[in-house]
Amino acid sequence: MKNYILRRILQVVPVLIGISILIFAVMKMIPGDVISGILGVEATPELRAQLAAKYGLDRPYLVQYLDWIGGVLHGDFGESIRTSAPILPEILSRFKVTAELTILAAFISWIIAIPLGVLAAVKRNTLADRFVRVFALLGVSVPNFALSILLILVLSLAFSYFPPLGYVGFLEDPLRNLQIMILPAAILGVTISGSVMRMTRSSVLEVLRQDFIKTVRAKGASERVAIFRHALRNALIPIITLIGMQIGSLLGGAVIVEQIFSLPGLGQMTLTGINQRDYPVVQGCVLFIAFIYVLVNLLTDLLYAYIDPRISYD
Amino acid sequence: MEHLLELRNLSIDLPRGKRQSPVKLVEGVDLTVRKKQNFGVVGESGCGKSITCSAIMGLLSYPLTVGAGSSIRFLKENGEELEITSLSPAELRKLRGKDISMIFQEPMTALDPMYTIEEQINETLRFHTSLSKPEMHEAALAMLKKVKIPRPEQILKDYPHHLSGGMLQRVMIAIALINNPRLLIADEPTTALDVTIQAQILDLMNELRESYDTSVIMITHDLGVIAETCEEVAVFYAGQVVEQASVEEIFRAAAHPYTAGLLKSVTSLGGEEKMLYTIQGAVPTAGNFGQGCRFADRCEYCESRCRESAPALTEISPGHLCRCWLHAPGKEAAQ
Repeated sequence: MKNYILRRILQVVPVLIGISILIFAVMKMIPGDVISGILGVEATPELRAQLAAKYGLDRPYLVQYLDWIGGVLHGDFGESIRTSAPILPEILSRFKVTAELTILAAFISWIIAIPLGVLAAVKRNTLADRFVRVFALLGVSVPNFALSILLILVLSLAFSYFPPLGYVGFLEDPLRNLQIMILPAAILGVTISGSVMRMTRSSVLEVLRQDFIKTVRAKGASERVAIFRHALRNALIPIITLIGMQIGSLLGGAVIVEQIFSLPGLGQMTLTGINQRDYPVVQGCVLFIAFIYVLVNLLTDLLYAYIDPRISYD
Repeated sequence: MEHLLELRNLSIDLPRGKRQSPVKLVEGVDLTVRKKQNFGVVGESGCGKSITCSAIMGLLSYPLTVGAGSSIRFLKENGEELEITSLSPAELRKLRGKDISMIFQEPMTALDPMYTIEEQINETLRFHTSLSKPEMHEAALAMLKKVKIPRPEQILKDYPHHLSGGMLQRVMIAIALINNPRLLIADEPTTALDVTIQAQILDLMNELRESYDTSVIMITHDLGVIAETCEEVAVFYAGQVVEQASVEEIFRAAAHPYTAGLLKSVTSLGGEEKMLYTIQGAVPTAGNFGQGCRFADRCEYCESRCRESAPALTEISPGHLCRCWLHAPGKEAAQ
């Protein structure tokens, strides 16, 4: 097990190197650059060259890349060209917001999706099942920005409720923090619960057909034991795979929802960085997001072995 | 009620929506299993033998249901008579795994891959007894020894994927017998095992039933298994019992052409080489049985009345029932 974890963590290295090269290249290739962003398109070539030299952008790409990646290896993600603020502390503080949002959204989606998915599988082809399937379809197909705007409209017009603006950390003021977070988290939770619900339904349905469920019933088990202790546990692997991917991508920042609710999360930081062509910011964010994604995948794989005794990493 | 189990007029329906009447997969089955009897049920795939036994456990899988007018009566140890078709789910649960238990065809898939053997044996104990954990461990260990599993201490800690099919079937038997049931339903317990293991499992079952007061219903399509383990046998064809008699009687004087055909198609070592006998044609599908005898199209002795009306199950000699016009009462008198 220890060997496996070590091996998997080492595998992260080539992945991150690949991603760092890719994102560096993409940032150089997209039209527009940070210099014209700061000086405007009318600036004289002399002024441009001066500024480029200041940020080291006049050096060959290879040198720029090696300089950047060398810093990253020492834990130095560089500074933002726009604000001169060091990037890593900024990423970490914004990641706290995104992580909280993700955890809340994931909990909300599980609370909705797993019980309803199981219910739909057990009561297949009944009214309850149809209701769940329609709900899941809506969750999968309604984009979260539409849901966000709709919810804000309904809450403000019908209930005169406005989600408080201005982010406050959980440790500073937990109640106000939750007030700010609950709406975006619920929207993300509902959006991702659609696919979890579908996966739960089909996976549980599949397991319920298997012989050992009949054995369990033949032993005198209650439906509750047969469904939750046996069917759901056997159905968990594909559900966890899906949840792992969802958490991975949510931790990378829910760009649109963060933007709508003006949450200072990682997605918002990345988006602003891209808009301003702030190379080191975008590169740092993407690298960090990739690292988190790979880490979540590793945790998912370790969870498999914990749930299913047939899977072992020795 | 002096017998352990009585099925009367059992039918099993496959619903076809609201507008059409359901298809009767099993129809008019009367069976009586006596205490400590080994009762064989034989028939080809799809003849309804397995679902009949699932119905006895109240375990018909969706969307099958027991038809109206069916009766399944079971005599409990304390002399109480139960009508299984009208029990509540909670009452059925008390019966399953305690008074009636079941083993299945595929031992490899019959146990939950997520739990150890011990956890799965303990579950059966926990549902029906109030033993403490150490007591359950002792009981499980003793039971594994009875089904002759080597290294039982180790096996208890193993997961199903660690064991072979034969071992798993022994574990299944252990689970089925641990609460000392009155009736064990064995649904083709040896079909998925290879021949040497089959013989071991049958020997084990024969041995165990000596020490337990359990009646066994042995479902199989293998007449050899019937000959080796059973006293009484019912032959199923297309959802009906076509013949029922003691095993000696069936092998000595099979009366129904279908049973006779089955016996003729058994291979034997020794003797001269010849083409194996086969019964011509195929089983009609449920819902297309027509009004005559369901075996008529495949029967060598088919005559006109076989197609016009269905024969009833009648006693042709003491204890020997047959559903065939050849043996209908008054047949000899008419000739």
